[in-house]
Amino acid sequence: MTQVASSRPRVIHQGTSVEGVTEQISDIVLKRPIHRSYILAMGMAMMLVMVLTYTVFWLIWKGVGIWGINIPVAWGFAIANFVWWIGIGHAGTFISAMLLLMRQDWRTSINRFAEAMTLFAVACAGMFPLLHLGRPWVFYWILPYPNAMKLWPQFRSPLVWDVFAVGTYFTVSLIFWYVGTIPDWATLRDRATNKVTWFVCGMLSLGWRGASRHWKRYQTAYLLLGGLAAPLVISVHSVVGMDFAAALVPGWHTTIFPPYFVAGAIFSGFAMVLTLAIPLRAIYGLHNLVTIRHIDNCAKLMLITGLIVAYGYGAELFMGWYGGTPFDWFMDWNRMTGPYLWSWWTIVFCNVLTPQALWFRQVRQNVPTMFLISIIVQIGMWTERFVIVITSLTRDFMPTSWGMYDPTIFDWSTLLGTMGFFLLCFFLFVRLVPMISMSEVRELVHSTDGGRHEPKDFAPKYAD
Amino acid sequence: MPTETEQSQAAAHRLYGMAASFDSPEAILAAAEKIHAAGYRRTEGYTPYAVEGLCESLGFHHTGIPLMVFVGGIVGGLGGYFMLWYANVVSYPWNIGGKTPNSWPAFIPISFEMTILGAATMALFGMLILNGLPSPYHPMFRAPTFELASQTRFFVCIEAADPQFDLERTREFLMSLDPLAVMEVPW
Repeated sequence: MTQVASSRPRVIHQGTSVEGVTEQISDIVLKRPIHRSYILAMGMAMMLVMVLTYTVFWLIWKGVGIWGINIPVAWGFAIANFVWWIGIGHAGTFISAMLLLMRQDWRTSINRFAEAMTLFAVACAGMFPLLHLGRPWVFYWILPYPNAMKLWPQFRSPLVWDVFAVGTYFTVSLIFWYVGTIPDWATLRDRATNKVTWFVCGMLSLGWRGASRHWKRYQTAYLLLGGLAAPLVISVHSVVGMDFAAALVPGWHTTIFPPYFVAGAIFSGFAMVLTLAIPLRAIYGLHNLVTIRHIDNCAKLMLITGLIVAYGYGAELFMGWYGGTPFDWFMDWNRMTGPYLWSWWTIVFCNVLTPQALWFRQVRQNVPTMFLISIIVQIGMWTERFVIVITSLTRDFMPTSWGMYDPTIFDWSTLLGTMGFFLLCFFLFVRLVPMISMSEVRELVHSTDGGRHEPKDFAPKYAD
Repeated sequence: MPTETEQSQAAAHRLYGMAASFDSPEAILAAAEKIHAAGYRRTEGYTPYAVEGLCESLGFHHTGIPLMVFVGGIVGGLGGYFMLWYANVVSYPWNIGGKTPNSWPAFIPISFEMTILGAATMALFGMLILNGLPSPYHPMFRAPTFELASQTRFFVCIEAADPQFDLERTREFLMSLDPLAVMEVPW
C-alpha cells in the first residue's frame, strides 16, 4: 500500500530520517539543559511525595483508623486507588504487547513511555494492598515463605491470586521494558558526552553491539514476551475484578466484572497515556514522532472501551431488574438515588456521555480537547471504583448493617501522595531514559521511507 | 627492521577480522549474500536495528529461544501447581464441607501466572545467556567509526579465524562489495 488518503494522518511525519531520530531522542537525555520549569515540576512532585511519606508514617504508627473506614465499609479509598492505578498500568502493556502482536505500527513511538507509565502505576498500586493491612509489618504472611508455623496463604482466595498476578505483572512488565531499552542504552553509550554517562549506559546496555545473531534472538524473545504479556493484561485485571466478584455483596457478585474491569482498565489507561503524551509532545518537540494519528488512535480505543464500560453499567442495571432479586434491584436504585447518587451521575457523565464525543474526528484530532477528555475520563474511572467499593458496602443486605463512608484528609493525602510519586518517577524517566524507542523508530522510518508512505511491512516474520 | 611480509603476517595474528561498513540495510543484505556465497562462515553483521534476513543470509537460522521459553513456562506452571497442591493436599488439608482438597479450578489463576512468570524470565535470561551478554568488551568496539553501528551505519565483519581468511584477498573482496569503508579490527 503506497497511497494513503490525504485525510488520514501519518504515523511519522515526512522528512524524518534515521540520523534525525537518533539525534532528536538521545539529545533529550544527553544534551538538553535543565530548565527552571523542570525543577519546579520536580519540586511539586517531591512535595507530594513528602505528603505521602508523612501519611504512610502516620498510618503505620496510628493504624488504618486514620482513614474513614469502618464497619460496614472496611474497604475505602485504598482499594479503589489500588484498582485505579493497576487499571492505568494496563494500557502500557496493551500498547507494548497486544498492539505488537496485532502489527500496529503506531505503537512504536509511544510504547516506551507507556510501558514506563505501567511500571510506575503498578508500583503505586502495589503500595495500597500493603498499606491497607491492619498490621502492615507482617505483610509477608501473604507470601508462601518457608516457616515453622505450617503457615500457608489461602491460595483459593482472589486476594492471594492478586499477589501473584500483580507480582508477575510487575516483573514481566519490567523485563519487557528493560529488554526494549537495551539497544537504546547502546546508542546512548556511543553518543555519550562524558565518562559517567558512557560507563552507566555501557553497563545498562550489557555490551550490546547490534550483532545480527543477537538481534534475531532479541526479536524472538521480544515477540514471545509480547505474546506472554498480552494474556497477562487480561488475566491480571480479571483477577482484580474477582476480588469483588468472588464476594457475595450485591453489586459485587456479578460475572460481568472480569471483562468489564479489563475494558475499564484499558479505558482509563489510554486516558493516562494521552494525559502524558500530549504535554510530552509539546515540551520535547516530539510532534513528528507522536503524531495526530497516535492521538486519534488512542481516542478510538478509548471510545471502544468506553462503550464496553457503558455496556457493563447497562448490564448491571438490566440484571438488577430482570433477576428478580430485591437486593440487586435495590443496589441499582440506591446507586442512582441514594446518599452517593452524585458519584453515580458523575460516572455516567464522565464514562458514558463524554466518550460519545469521540465519535467525531474533529474531536479526536483536536489536541487540547483530547487532553481535557482524558482528564475527565480518569476522574470518572476513579469515581467508578469509588462507586463499586463504597455504595455496595454502605447498603448491603440488612438495613441494620448499613453505614456511611466519610473520607478523611488522610484518605486524600494518600491518593495525592501516590500521584506525586508517579509523577516523580515519570519526570526522572523522561530525563534519564530515551522516552521513545530509537531502534524501533529507526526501523519504522526506514520502512515508511522517511514518513513518505505507510509502512511496507511491520513485525517481520520469524521462521522459528 | 621486519620485512613487509613479516609485518603483514604479524598484523594478521593480532587481527580479530576485517570489517566493511554500509549505510543502508539493502546494501548490507546484498553484501551478506555475496559474503556467504564466497564461502565465508565466521561472519557477523552489526546493525542499529534488526534487519530482516541478515542473519539468515549469513547462515544462522535457529535461535533456540522458543524452546527455552516453552520449558520455562512448563516449569513455572507445574511448579506453581505443585506448590498449591502440596499446601492444600499434603501439608495442611482442610475439610471444607467435604470438598476435595485438590480444588484445581481455584488453583488455575496462580498456576497461570506462574507459567507466564517462568516463561518471561526464561525469555530474558535465555536471550542474554545465548547472546553471551553482558559482554562489556568485544574487539569490534575498537573498529573505527563503530560507534555508528548503534545509530546509522551497518557493519559486516569477517573474522580472521575463518578458514578462508587471507589479509589481502579478503580486503580486496570486501572492497569489491562497494562499502563506505573497509577497516581492520584489532584484538
